[in-house]
Amino acid sequence: MRILFKTNYKQDLNLAKHGGHRFWYGLLILVLFAVPLIFDGYYIGEATRILIYAMAGLGLMVLTGFTGQVSLGHAAFLAIGAYTNAWFLAQGFSSFVALPMAALLSMIGGLLVAIPAARMSGIYLAIATLAFAIIVEDVAGHLSSITGGNRGMMVDVPILFGYQIWESWELYLFVLSILVAATLAVLNILRSPLGRAMIAVRESEVSSQALGVNPMKIKVFAFTVSAAITGLAGAFLAHYMSFLTPQIFGILLSIQLLLMIVLGGLGTVHGVFFGAVLIGLLETGISIAKDSLPSSIGGLPGIEPFIFGAILVGVIAFEPTGIYGRWIKIRSYMEFFPVYRRKSFKRQRAYLKTERLR
Amino acid sequence: MSLLEIENLSISFGGLKAVDDVSFTVEEGSVYAVIGPNGAGKSTIFNLLSRFYEPLSGKLKFANNDLLELGAKDIARLGIARTFQNLELFEHASVLQNLLVGRHVHNTQSWWRQLLFTGSVVEAELEHRTKVEEVIDFLELAHYRNQIISSLPYGVRKKVELARALCIEPKLLLLDEPSSGLNPEETEEMGFWIEDIRRDLNMTVVLIEHDMSLVKEVSDRVLAIVNGKVVAEGAHGFVQSHPEVVSAYLGDSQ
Repeated sequence: MRILFKTNYKQDLNLAKHGGHRFWYGLLILVLFAVPLIFDGYYIGEATRILIYAMAGLGLMVLTGFTGQVSLGHAAFLAIGAYTNAWFLAQGFSSFVALPMAALLSMIGGLLVAIPAARMSGIYLAIATLAFAIIVEDVAGHLSSITGGNRGMMVDVPILFGYQIWESWELYLFVLSILVAATLAVLNILRSPLGRAMIAVRESEVSSQALGVNPMKIKVFAFTVSAAITGLAGAFLAHYMSFLTPQIFGILLSIQLLLMIVLGGLGTVHGVFFGAVLIGLLETGISIAKDSLPSSIGGLPGIEPFIFGAILVGVIAFEPTGIYGRWIKIRSYMEFFPVYRRKSFKRQRAYLKTERLR
Repeated sequence: MSLLEIENLSISFGGLKAVDDVSFTVEEGSVYAVIGPNGAGKSTIFNLLSRFYEPLSGKLKFANNDLLELGAKDIARLGIARTFQNLELFEHASVLQNLLVGRHVHNTQSWWRQLLFTGSVVEAELEHRTKVEEVIDFLELAHYRNQIISSLPYGVRKKVELARALCIEPKLLLLDEPSSGLNPEETEEMGFWIEDIRRDLNMTVVLIEHDMSLVKEVSDRVLAIVNGKVVAEGAHGFVQSHPEVVSAYLGDSQ
C-alpha cells in the first residue's frame, strides 16, 4: 500500500500522482507505440479498430459519463466525421485540412443537437439523439452527390506533407498519436473548472445553478467537445473501413458505443479504454467463433446484438460500476490484503434530494 | 443599510397560496431567522430568492440589484449562497471537488486555456485550492477532504454543504434548516459556526430553523410565517410569545 506524502497543492493537479503512475502509464504508451514492431498486418488492423472505438467512446464519455446526458445517436457524429474527411480528401485536400474539418463539422452538428437537447433530459434526450442519428443516416443515403448514397464511397488514404499513408502500421501510429492528444485534452478539462462543472450538472442541476454554474452552457459545451472527438474518430473509421456506406452508421453502432462506456465504467477515462478493448476483442472473438461453430448456430442472424445485449444485462446486474469499478475493488483487495472487507464498496444509502424543484 | 429587501412577495401553486404578501428586510451583518410550522412556505421563500420559482407578484432586491431581472444561475455571482433542506451535494464526487465547484463563480479562465491547462489555469487552481483549504480549516473538514460524499455520514454532509456555500465567499448566506438531522452537540456547534460566519467572515445570514434554542442563540430578528402569511416579526422574545405564533405551533387553548 502506497501512502502519499503531500507537501504542496500542486501535487494534486498533476496527472501522474506518483512514481508508480509515471512508470506504468509511461510504459503503457511506449508499448502501444511499439506494437507495430511486434505484430503483423491483421492484428495491427484490429488494434487500430480498438483505438478508433476508444476515441469515439472518449467523446461519448465526455457527454454521458461526465455530464450525464445520455446519447443514443453518437453514430451520427461518426458519420459526419467520416463523410467530411472522405469528401475533403476526395477534393484533393491533405489530412491537415480534412481532419480538422471533420472535427469542425461534427462539432457544428453537435451544436445543432445541443441547443434543443440541453433543455431535455433522460429518456427524452435519448429519443431525440436517436432521431438525430436516424436523420443523419438517411441524409447520408440520399445525398448521393457527396456521400455516394447507398452505393457507397471510396475513401482515399490519409496524406500528410504530401506523404500517403498506405501501411496499416502507419495508420495505427497516426490514430494512436491523435488519441493520446485527445485523452490529454479530456483529462485537462476534467481537472479544470469546466470539468467540475460538468460533474456538478450530472449530479444535481439545481444546486449547480445555485453555485453559479449555467447548466445549459455546460451541456452545450459537453455536446460540442463530445461531437468533435467522435467526429475525429469517424474520420479515422473512414480510413479503417476504406469504403463508406450509410448502413455502417446505424443504430447498432450507437448502442455499441454506449455499451462500451457502460461496460468499461461510466464516468471514468479508464473505463473508455477497458470498454473499447473488450468490445473490440469480443467482435473479433465472435467472428472467429462463428466460423468454428456449426452453421446452424454460427450462421444465425443477429447473433452479435444478442451477445452484446446479454453482456450488458449481466454487467448492469452484477457490476454496475463496470470493468474499471471491478478493477478498483481488486486493487484495494491487494493493497489492504489481510484486512480487506467486501463491505468497503457497499453502496451507502442515498439521502433524499429536493425532487420538488424538478 | 438593508442588504436584502423583500416586498409583497406572493406565489401560488394551483389554488394554494404558498407565499402570500410577505415583506421583510435583512440588515447587513445581521442574522435573520425565519420560523413557522411545516408547509408554511419558508423554503419557498428561499427558492424564490434562488430564482427557481417565478413569483406571482412582489419585489426582490439585493444590494440594489433587482433579482427578478436575473436567472437562477446569476444569483451566486451577486454574492448569495445557499444550502438545501434535503442536501443537494454532488454525491459521486469528493469533498474537495464539491468545494471547488463553489469557486466556479470566481473562474475567469477561458475554455481553451482549460483544455491546454496552461500556466494561468494552474495558478488560478492553486488560488482556488488555497481558498477552499481556508474553509476546510474553518469547518474542520480536513479529515474528509478526499472522501466521496456518498460514503460520508449525514452530519458531515451537512457541514460540507455549508462549506461549499462559504467557498463562494458570499455576502448573504441562506441556510435552509441547518440543524435538521443533527444531534444536540452538532446543533450547538452549528450555532457557534453561524456566529463565527457573521463575526469573522462578515456575512449576513438568513436561516430557516425549527430548533428554537438555536434561533434564540444566533438570530437578531425573527420572522414567523404561517400558511404563507407573516404573523409576527421582531426580536426573538417578542415573536416567540406572540399569541398567533403560539397557536400555530401548539394549537388554540380551548
